[in-house]
Amino acid sequence: MDMPDTVSAAEASASGFLDGDYDDAAGYYTPGTPLVDTKAPEGPIAERWQNRKFEARLVNPSNRRKLSIIIVGTGLAGASAAATLGEAGYNVKSFCYQDSPRRAHSIAAQGGINAAKNYKEDGDSVHRLFYDTVKGGDYRSRESNVYRLAEVSTNIIDQCVAQGVPFAREYGGLLDNRSFGGVQVSRTFYARGQTGQQLLIGAYQALERQVSAGTVTTYTRHEMMELITVDGKARGIIARDMVTGAVETHLADVVVLASGGYGNVFYLSTNAMGCNVTAAWRAHRKGAYMANPCYTQIHPTCIPVSGSHQSKLTLMSESLRNDGRIWVPKNQADCDKDPREIPEEDRDYYLERIYPSFGNLVPRDIASRAAKNVCDEGRGVGPEVDGVRRGVYLDFSAAIERLGKKGITEKYDNLFDMYERITGENPFEVPMRIYPAVHYVMGGLWVDYDLQSTIPGLFVTGEANFSDHGANRLGASALMQGLADGYFVLPHTIRDYLADGPFEEITEDHPAVVEARESVKGRIDHFLSVNGTRSVDSYHRELGNIMWEYCGMERTETGLKKAIDLIRSLKDDFYRNVKVLGSAETLNQSLEKAGRVADFFELGELMCIDALNRRESCGGHFRGESQTEDGEALRHDDEYAYVAAWEWAGEDSIPVLHKEDLVYTAIEMKQRSYK
Amino acid sequence: MNLTLKIWRQPDASSAGAMHTYQLSDVSPDMSFLEMLDVLNEQLNEKGEDPVAFDHDCREGICGSCGLMINGDAHGPEVTTTCQLHMRSFSDGETITIEPWRSDAFPVIKDLVVDRSAFDRIVQQGGYISVNTGSAPEAHSVPVPREDALRAFNVATCIGCGACVAACPNGSASLFMGAKITHLGELPQGQPERDSRVVNMVAQHDHEGFGGCTNIGACTAACPKEIPLDVISQLNKDLRTAIRHGH
Repeated sequence: MDMPDTVSAAEASASGFLDGDYDDAAGYYTPGTPLVDTKAPEGPIAERWQNRKFEARLVNPSNRRKLSIIIVGTGLAGASAAATLGEAGYNVKSFCYQDSPRRAHSIAAQGGINAAKNYKEDGDSVHRLFYDTVKGGDYRSRESNVYRLAEVSTNIIDQCVAQGVPFAREYGGLLDNRSFGGVQVSRTFYARGQTGQQLLIGAYQALERQVSAGTVTTYTRHEMMELITVDGKARGIIARDMVTGAVETHLADVVVLASGGYGNVFYLSTNAMGCNVTAAWRAHRKGAYMANPCYTQIHPTCIPVSGSHQSKLTLMSESLRNDGRIWVPKNQADCDKDPREIPEEDRDYYLERIYPSFGNLVPRDIASRAAKNVCDEGRGVGPEVDGVRRGVYLDFSAAIERLGKKGITEKYDNLFDMYERITGENPFEVPMRIYPAVHYVMGGLWVDYDLQSTIPGLFVTGEANFSDHGANRLGASALMQGLADGYFVLPHTIRDYLADGPFEEITEDHPAVVEARESVKGRIDHFLSVNGTRSVDSYHRELGNIMWEYCGMERTETGLKKAIDLIRSLKDDFYRNVKVLGSAETLNQSLEKAGRVADFFELGELMCIDALNRRESCGGHFRGESQTEDGEALRHDDEYAYVAAWEWAGEDSIPVLHKEDLVYTAIEMKQRSYK
Repeated sequence: MNLTLKIWRQPDASSAGAMHTYQLSDVSPDMSFLEMLDVLNEQLNEKGEDPVAFDHDCREGICGSCGLMINGDAHGPEVTTTCQLHMRSFSDGETITIEPWRSDAFPVIKDLVVDRSAFDRIVQQGGYISVNTGSAPEAHSVPVPREDALRAFNVATCIGCGACVAACPNGSASLFMGAKITHLGELPQGQPERDSRVVNMVAQHDHEGFGGCTNIGACTAACPKEIPLDVISQLNKDLRTAIRHGH
């Protein structure tokens, strides 16, 4: 690999790199050159995307079949891109680790999808959706990308309706909208509580149609293990057939990663069990910068952990906070009592107490942090797991009195059922218990306006990239971004790259291809040969605990430094003491997990370094050292209004930090206040 | 809880399988069924025995990956997916029999993991509406009566888990197929391809080796999303209509 693009300390100082009083991450990173060219077009913001589409070169339809595209992941961002590029006539290979493309985790999204249709005539517009998204991201996203997202949002709804996505409708037969996540306009389209499922099935069907047409080949139960780069360009992947264990080489002219987020670095999250960072991390090690990895979204209304056997967490729609009141006992002694026997005066409705104007509807990060604080104080409720009760009550008794059982059933039916199925408790009788859980990551591989990473020919879409949500994501915007990238953005920007084709022919015996394949085999052999004493899961759980404790909702300099030490020694132990049984030549789920957890260790360390560097509280990221006198989040636009893009510098080197300054021309930066 | 587990173990597609018996103690009633298997696997790993392979992913009842025959019932005793089944549905001291989906069209890959790719191939034969990206008309240009939209939604909830096939004595995938035919057939956007869709999907279904429907209803009883049996009537009606139209 090339030497990282770094600058000396003196140059860094002169360029304003070391402005400000703090450099908490000193010693953990090397300053690099700034990222200047994001390829965002100039001119008025509303014209930039039109201009870019016009300037992006075209590929003659007769040449498209000769150009090959690999797409990793079949969630909204991957399936939509595979379908669209197949329709355009390119030769597409689509990979997923699941047994069918339809199972990707986009399917689990409940709430809805935003679009600036303004069907309610309530003052919505492309500009307002853009504004809300930048503000929601606490001014840490790139404005050109966000504007484009808002702009294409309306096309998504048209496309999905035409595909037969059964969105909720009004009696007149037109589409229904609701207000979501605290915004003041109704712009969210939904299909009951299963919007993600319906959108993904739509994209999956479009994908299967192209399989039938012969433009797309699907590789299910295949996991990307390595990126192939030749002369600095992405030219394919090494994938493992998870059934036969065969390590396969797939070459192409361009590679797209739509491999989702890495929330499972926390072990417990609302992600599917198989969600992992390996595809993105392998690309990172080959030269793709990882941007803002510490930006994690933690969702306040999840079902709490019931014991140390817990394997994942289940989210319940935030809409529950519209009618439920959140409380814990004032006295620790009451924590194991039946909540119905705790009198009103002994309950602490802490959100209503601390935030009288927003009460239970404060933003996700505030609600989450407050819940963790009261539980850490020892006032949590529910079962004690590892010595702490991690849960707070979400009480519907007042709402049941007001709306009646019937009213509540109409509003929240499936959520109450879901809660009862998982916990065995009836929320009509006993208050629900909730606790925050990791839900989404805003960080991801750095991409330019064209969604191209720092490796030419490697494009990244959906949750796997960092581009649109800044430091926090608005509700109902993840689905929007996945489909925007796959249906309407990537197909235009990728053609500009492909217009350089035909590309030089690469064969499987090219030294770079052989090297990639051998490194994968070496890693597999290593995991199988250690024959230590601890299972992969036990390491994963321990790593997750470290991340949750020190790089979760609230981070501090001391905590993060401690976490980095803990992760490094745990990783060493993992490589010496992990126990992976079975062989490489069959379906081997422990072996699959071992590779993923190995990459989570390296990612976890980088997340802590990123969090350590960013000594400010913004979006979902709260730094203990950066708060107002009232204990609220304090952003530092003078020092941190940049994207932190990290370059891998080698196994035994510290990462290199490149900064992309965030400049807003169409919007003014403001501090938020929810008191 | 203490349990006796009888689990189908089969090293790969070409080897013969057999039931193996395991004892598991200290099972919490709050565990999900799959978390119970996780605990078993941790113990097997400790002992140096190959863990039991099973499909699973979202663990919230929506991706359709998981699916086990539990005491002879697809997804076990409750109307839900295996991942959403909890151990409180079983009693202390019980013997639980765990098998993979039973169907020739879903060959076993390993232990409890089966190959359901036949479902994807059925969808490839018309389980979609042909609309290229960017060519869609404005979403409000075609109103859809709310009743139709509701029926379409109610059957679009199919998660493609395959429980209907596993439960059916004939190994038929008619409920799975009927759900898709009804979903797209209820909507105005699905009309142009309505005839060819049903004809081609049924042909692929039969080609894959799924059996015919004899109206037993075991499929709908096992369906975690409660897809109603009348989607199969709809399927048959659409097929008759298509044939009458000359397909």
